[in-house]
Amino acid sequence: ASCVQHRLVVRDASSLQILQLYTCLDQIQYIEWSSDSLFVLCAMYKRGVVQVWSLEQPDWHCKIDEGSAGLVASCWSPDGRHILNTTEFHLRITVWSLCTKSVSYIKYPKACQQGVAFTKDGRYMAVAERRDCKDFISIFVCRNWQLLRHFDTETQDLFGIEWAPNGCVLAAWDTCLEYKVLLYSLDGRLLSSYRAYEWPLGIKSIAWSPSSQFLAIGSFDEKVRILNHVTWKKITELEHPATIASKKTIVYKEVEKSPTVGTERLSFPPTRALASSLFSTQSKYEISQVPVSLQYIKPVADRANPKVGIGMMAFSADNCFLATKNDNIPNAVWIWDIRKLKLAVVLEQLCTIQCFQWDPCQPRLAVCTGSSRVYLWSPAGCVVVQVPGEGDFQIVSLSWHSSGDSMLLLSKDNFCVCYLEREEV
Amino acid sequence: MGDWKTITVPVLSSDSKNTLPYTSERKRSPTSMSSQVLRWSLPSSKSMHNFFSAFCTEENIEQSISYIDRELTTLGFPSIYAESKGKELNLVSMVNCMNELLVLQHKNLRAQEEIEIQHLKLGSDMDHLQNCYAKLKEQLELSKREIVGLQEKDRQLQSKNRNLHQLLKNEKDEVQKLQNVISSRATQYNHDMKRKEREYNKLKERLHQLVMNKKDKKLAMEVLNCVGRADGKRGAWRTDKTEARNEEEMYKVLLSDYEQRQKQLLLENTELKKVLQQMKKDIISLLPPQKQKPKERSEDGMVLSDQEEDIGELNKENMWELSCETVREQLTNSIRKQWRMLKNHVEKLDNQVSRGRSGSLNEKDVISRADHELETEKLELEIQQCKEMIRTQQQLLQQQLTCDDDTTLLLQDCYLLEERERLQEEWRLFREQKKNFEKERKSFTDAAIRLGLERKAFEEDRGTWLKHQFLSMTADCKSENVTTPSAFLRSNLTDVSLLGSDPDIRLVRSASRQRRPASVSSSTVSPEPFQISQYIAQNSVASEKPAADNMPNLCVESDDKEETE
Repeated sequence: ASCVQHRLVVRDASSLQILQLYTCLDQIQYIEWSSDSLFVLCAMYKRGVVQVWSLEQPDWHCKIDEGSAGLVASCWSPDGRHILNTTEFHLRITVWSLCTKSVSYIKYPKACQQGVAFTKDGRYMAVAERRDCKDFISIFVCRNWQLLRHFDTETQDLFGIEWAPNGCVLAAWDTCLEYKVLLYSLDGRLLSSYRAYEWPLGIKSIAWSPSSQFLAIGSFDEKVRILNHVTWKKITELEHPATIASKKTIVYKEVEKSPTVGTERLSFPPTRALASSLFSTQSKYEISQVPVSLQYIKPVADRANPKVGIGMMAFSADNCFLATKNDNIPNAVWIWDIRKLKLAVVLEQLCTIQCFQWDPCQPRLAVCTGSSRVYLWSPAGCVVVQVPGEGDFQIVSLSWHSSGDSMLLLSKDNFCVCYLEREEV
Repeated sequence: MGDWKTITVPVLSSDSKNTLPYTSERKRSPTSMSSQVLRWSLPSSKSMHNFFSAFCTEENIEQSISYIDRELTTLGFPSIYAESKGKELNLVSMVNCMNELLVLQHKNLRAQEEIEIQHLKLGSDMDHLQNCYAKLKEQLELSKREIVGLQEKDRQLQSKNRNLHQLLKNEKDEVQKLQNVISSRATQYNHDMKRKEREYNKLKERLHQLVMNKKDKKLAMEVLNCVGRADGKRGAWRTDKTEARNEEEMYKVLLSDYEQRQKQLLLENTELKKVLQQMKKDIISLLPPQKQKPKERSEDGMVLSDQEEDIGELNKENMWELSCETVREQLTNSIRKQWRMLKNHVEKLDNQVSRGRSGSLNEKDVISRADHELETEKLELEIQQCKEMIRTQQQLLQQQLTCDDDTTLLLQDCYLLEERERLQEEWRLFREQKKNFEKERKSFTDAAIRLGLERKAFEEDRGTWLKHQFLSMTADCKSENVTTPSAFLRSNLTDVSLLGSDPDIRLVRSASRQRRPASVSSSTVSPEPFQISQYIAQNSVASEKPAADNMPNLCVESDDKEETE
């Protein structure tokens, strides 16, 4: 599904054929599929209206109006039948039920990055709240929206919460001024708290491993600390220095290939294809010899939220690799082998890395840097894929299909689907 | 007093013995003799004339004699006068006295020599000591200077150290100050934040109230029709039961997670325990030497036996099913002990090896090393053989795989292989024989060449001899028959043939000589004697034609024969 202005276009994933076309009241800011892929919600924040469309019955419609409360965020509940709207200024979270037309309210939600977290099996929801300058976490049962637990956290200013994939542990971390990670069990007990250091800027990103065995904490001091789920103590620190000296690390460097154009074929005026091929540069990967020094950027010190530290982290689906990005070295993706807890590969790109995502089935990483190429890495090697087409297709973000066969590449105005062929065995 | 002079005294007659370097004499002027006490200087080679003439003149003989007598008696010598105090001199005693005086003189000279030598030695010693003293003084000076320099350096470094310490302290103080500043600012910021947040909350509350009031009018949600729940169930009311059920479910989830984790940990534990057990067994098996010396280390042996008993007990108890603390501790302790023993054992071996390398080898060690090398060689050979076997087997396997799976084909392959192997052997033999034949042929050609040469020479001789004969014969009797020359010639020819057969015989003999080693070398001899017999036949044929160029033909023919075979 994609939205264009105020129209929602639903296409088939394999053939990109348009199946349905819906018109909404206003410009759509956010769309989300329900978990059973039967409904799509379109949120229009300016109007404060959410419209829901059904795929089975194109005539069915639903409109939720928040009125003067305003709308800041909207999302589905895991059962696909409730919509949670966050009103403006985070006054409250309204839970609208599509089955019973009933409404529930959650008061005092916290205005933070990840204030609402659902467990993977969709049973429980954790909401971060703040009352009287103190942070609390409420755990609700998604089936009937009953409050299960409500407890306070020892944080200064809770920044985010995230469930472990096994649904039994909730990680809560503090604002970047304080390095603190608190781990709560499902029944609200504090299992452990971890603090690496006191004064410098703290946690920037957090990622659970898919087996819930490891919790990776990326911080502003350019290090990733991994905690294990048995003792909740740090098992290793992964450093991201600007110079890679270890001989066992493979460094792939993206190198531009000069475009080859036969001079006989030049014609005047130049055809469009020729023009585009002249201006779009090809690139390929080269293996650089260790030691390699990467481009290190020291940001201005007097700005808030500096581009320092580990900004992006992702575990691979098979729990074997961790991909991280150090914002000080914005052109490189660091891939760590979790089994050996060592740096396996570094991908050095020409431009700043915008987004990377692991294939949900295999240990395959797709990276995009804002150029018209998508980069794929797997333990077998890495490859540069050029998006064919006229003009520049600057990939800003990408998203894998759940089967791992295709990938969605988004630019500012367009999107394209990249299909990956399976190898013939 | 006489004046001391050093004079170079001319060597006098045999009276004077030594010329001493330090000769100082007192030259008495004859005028001062009477007034002074004579001082005896060392008897030097001064002129006796002067002295004698100075002391005793013809006038004062008696005085001088009496003076001498007095002196001698004071010195302990007997008087030189005769018994009576007359003027007669006792010559004997005088001679004795003179002798004694001479002896004394000699002694004194010797003593003087010795003293002078000692004096010299002492002088040189003193020089040496003075030099040493000077050097030591220099050294002392140097070392004193060094010490001073080092002390200076030390002082400088210490002052530097102090400075650095001071700097460090300053930095630490600064850091502490900054930290205090940060913490105070942080608390201030927190306080301000809290204040602002409270304001914000108040605003939010206000806004909320307003929003809630307004909202009642509008219809918030428009749905065409209600959608069924995803799982088909109906919504439930909120009751205590549901709450309890929620709690139950939550605890179930948690418990299942814990149980799963515990199972995993149990599995891990059992695996690790198994590994530890195996390790223990391996370690025990690696420590046989300690068992062989029970006398020397009876205590260790006892300990070992105790441990073994423990081990036995532990094994019997199926301890991996138990997981109580004591059992676990026992296991780890026993493993640690044995690991230590193994380490000691290995260290001892290392020491032995290093000692052996350093040179104090026993014979045992030498032999063992040689044995070791032999064994390694043997093993290497074995390895090579095995590798070759493996290679051949691989090849065979590949061949088998590429062929069809018919058994007849396989059998054929086997037969083919057998035949091929046989063929290869025969090829080998054939090649050997060929080599031998080549050798023989070479020798034969050599011999043939020799024979040819001999024949040539012989022919020449014969020719000359015939010529002579002919000439002699014709000279002697020209009236004889024409046939006689032919008969002679025939007889000559027969002679020649006889003679010619000699080299053949020789050749046969050489062939026979060569035949024997050839027969020894090749086992399958069947074709060879046939060839030799051909040789002989050829030779016998050739003997009828005593031409010099037959032999090469023979050789050529034999070559042909060889090649055809």
